[in-house]
Amino acid sequence: MAERILNGSEVVLQALADQGVEVVFGYPGGAVLPLYDEIFKQNRIRHVLVRHEQAAVHAAEGYARSTGKVGVVLVTSGPGATNAVTGLTDALMDSIPVVCLTGQVPTHLIGNDAFQEADTTGITRPCTKHNYLVKDSDKLARTMHEAFHVASSGRPGPVVIDLPKDILVGKAPYLEPSQVQHRTYNPVVKGDRGQIEEALEMLASAEKPILYCGGGVINSGQQACKLLAEFTRITGIPITLTLMGLGAYPASDKQHLGMLGMHGTYEANMAMHDCDVMFAIGARFDDRVTGNLDFFSPGSQKVQIDIDQSSINKNVPVDIGIVGDVGHVLEDMIKIWKAKQYKIDANALDGWWKEIEGWREKRCLSYKQPKDVIKPQHVIRRVHELTRDRKTYITTDVGQHQMWAAQHFGFEHPYEWMTSGGLGTMGYGMPAALGVQVAHPDATVVCFTGDASIMMNIQECSTLTQYRLPVKTVILNNRYMGMVRQWQQLLHGSRYSESYSESLPDFVKLSEAFGFTGLTCSNPADLDDAIKQMLEIDGPVILDVAVDDKENCYPMIPSGKPHNEMLLGQETNGDEAIDSDEGMVLV
Amino acid sequence: MKETEISKHTISVLVDNESGVLARVIGLFSGRGYNIESLTVAEVDANSHQSRITVVTSGTPMVIEQIKAQLSRLVPVHKVSDLTLAGPSVERELALIKVIATGERRVESLRIADIFKARAVDATNNSFVYEIIGNPEKIDAFIKLMEPLGLSEISRTGVAAISRGTLTM
Ligand SMILES: Cc1ncc(C[n+]2csc(CCOP(=O)(O)OP(=O)(O)O)c2C)c(N)n1
Ligand SMILES: [Mg+2]
Repeated sequence: MAERILNGSEVVLQALADQGVEVVFGYPGGAVLPLYDEIFKQNRIRHVLVRHEQAAVHAAEGYARSTGKVGVVLVTSGPGATNAVTGLTDALMDSIPVVCLTGQVPTHLIGNDAFQEADTTGITRPCTKHNYLVKDSDKLARTMHEAFHVASSGRPGPVVIDLPKDILVGKAPYLEPSQVQHRTYNPVVKGDRGQIEEALEMLASAEKPILYCGGGVINSGQQACKLLAEFTRITGIPITLTLMGLGAYPASDKQHLGMLGMHGTYEANMAMHDCDVMFAIGARFDDRVTGNLDFFSPGSQKVQIDIDQSSINKNVPVDIGIVGDVGHVLEDMIKIWKAKQYKIDANALDGWWKEIEGWREKRCLSYKQPKDVIKPQHVIRRVHELTRDRKTYITTDVGQHQMWAAQHFGFEHPYEWMTSGGLGTMGYGMPAALGVQVAHPDATVVCFTGDASIMMNIQECSTLTQYRLPVKTVILNNRYMGMVRQWQQLLHGSRYSESYSESLPDFVKLSEAFGFTGLTCSNPADLDDAIKQMLEIDGPVILDVAVDDKENCYPMIPSGKPHNEMLLGQETNGDEAIDSDEGMVLV
Repeated sequence: MKETEISKHTISVLVDNESGVLARVIGLFSGRGYNIESLTVAEVDANSHQSRITVVTSGTPMVIEQIKAQLSRLVPVHKVSDLTLAGPSVERELALIKVIATGERRVESLRIADIFKARAVDATNNSFVYEIIGNPEKIDAFIKLMEPLGLSEISRTGVAAISRGTLTM
């Protein structure tokens, strides 16, 4: 095929179009002006102007997580690129496919401390899956296509392409995606058949099996989630999901034990602790999941399925580690399970479920909603209830409200839950919701946030107004950095150092200043009406709910403790100081 | 092997010879807290622009497995091979060692160099530069012996390694 010669900016736009990109989240500046000029001249690709580059990346993450596609970001050199670093790190930790184009000073100025020069590839090397500096126009098209391949295949992640201004202006040949071959990066997708058979044999003879599933299942796709549901059904065994995995399996199903980990359910954590065979599927044994490794699920044989070899045997040694795409491996697992007519001993499984029912009876997520003050959990439950008949996407910020959302909003489908899991980035919620709403203009998008987190990307209210994005932001306002306060209460003698939210703005006036509606609610009796009103308003809304400022998030496995030493909360033994110097040094 | 036992491994990595690739490898080791005892790198195939990096590192079996998996998932990495596990291998390092001395100490350094098959590649009335090639332990031993004899400067290449026999990467 003959090469087409374009200018660099045209090549970038053409490559985006050929990669199926519909929208770019960005912010202009000197180094990327040629690209913005090209964006001006075309109408295939939509540009959404955010108000801070960190928000551009979170918006792209929200877009990516709610669609399964690659999210695209465009920022300028220097401060544009450095502002994007938090978002990139967030996407890396949560394995979200993002391609971020950064402007760079012209090649002949690189290294001269030019105006708005930063060593972007140096700075972003540890916070991207891969990055490129394009110094040669001949390599521009290939690099663009390769970046999409790297971002979206294998374990997904963020990829940066640093684009010097002279490359954007100069002539460059264009290659179609089909003309580009990927030399080194070709991840394995099929799992090893022998290992899969061995793993299933182990499962078939288990008495207390459990499936522990994470974000890898969602990254693998809708089909993988369907296969997971089928496998769970035909084996009849309990399943628990990580924070990143919520929605991979319907929360309302009776085989689902809820989320596991630090703020997971009692039954999920006890079952993890006592199981005899554990299948970790697209999950990476994060410290928020395992608690103290020395006591983690001591009696179990473990199988781990992951597309990333380096996730296997990283924190927890496993008996069988299967490298492959979860969807492909599940497909084989179902075939083999059926072909071999495997069945877990009915008596044993029955006994295991009885044990689990016993743990369930603790009703570890229960709370009492008094007449005078709104419980934060209740807000989540009511929003869930009142959005049941709508296609609803949820994003959160970071803190207690995030954990309550994870615990109390029942996620039935994949792609509907966006939260910053690995990095725990306050300020994620509103820009992520913005990106979700851009992808799904007709859906209901709710951002659960806290009074502290919302302040971290509050400028995005302006973007919501500009693009008429009807995001519903619900602040669980406890006038505290609640999660910080909770740890200070439990681990630092209730010395609430700098965790009070002083001088909060009037969120109603603030919403109005940005050009949309602000609502408040403090009386439990008014809550439903306030939520309904919020949902009915045709535009962005901030609903500021005054919630119980003393409420703590339970259950909780304190840092450094094993799964079976959970604190269960006010109703039982919670809110006591935790006597542990070890816990104090852990995060 | 015991889970907690620390052992030394020589790992060869074939990479695209592009800018930043060494920084990726080194950044991976420093960022994840792995140690590097020795590292060498040079292009080995000019046509396909591939370089070979040899890293000597140590850790528990789980850490060594991690290091290899982490290296393998870097985009410009073609192949990772653990020479320590793959079978017998040859390891060689070159060192240039400057000894400043006169009289009996100077003569003694020459005698030891002779035993070690080290060559004097530069000489003045009161100094020698010895070139020695061997495995790192041999070079360590030579340096130790030179210490009392006027050892004043050392330059070492780090280890290059390759498996014995017909086995290739
Ligand atoms: C960018 C960033 N800075 C600091 C933290 C540490 N941190 C975790 S939760 C939290 C408090 C969040 O307060 P708020 O948003 O009000 O939520 P709440 O816990 O009260 O629900 C803080 C400061 C963080 N996760 N992210
Ligand atoms: Mg708060």
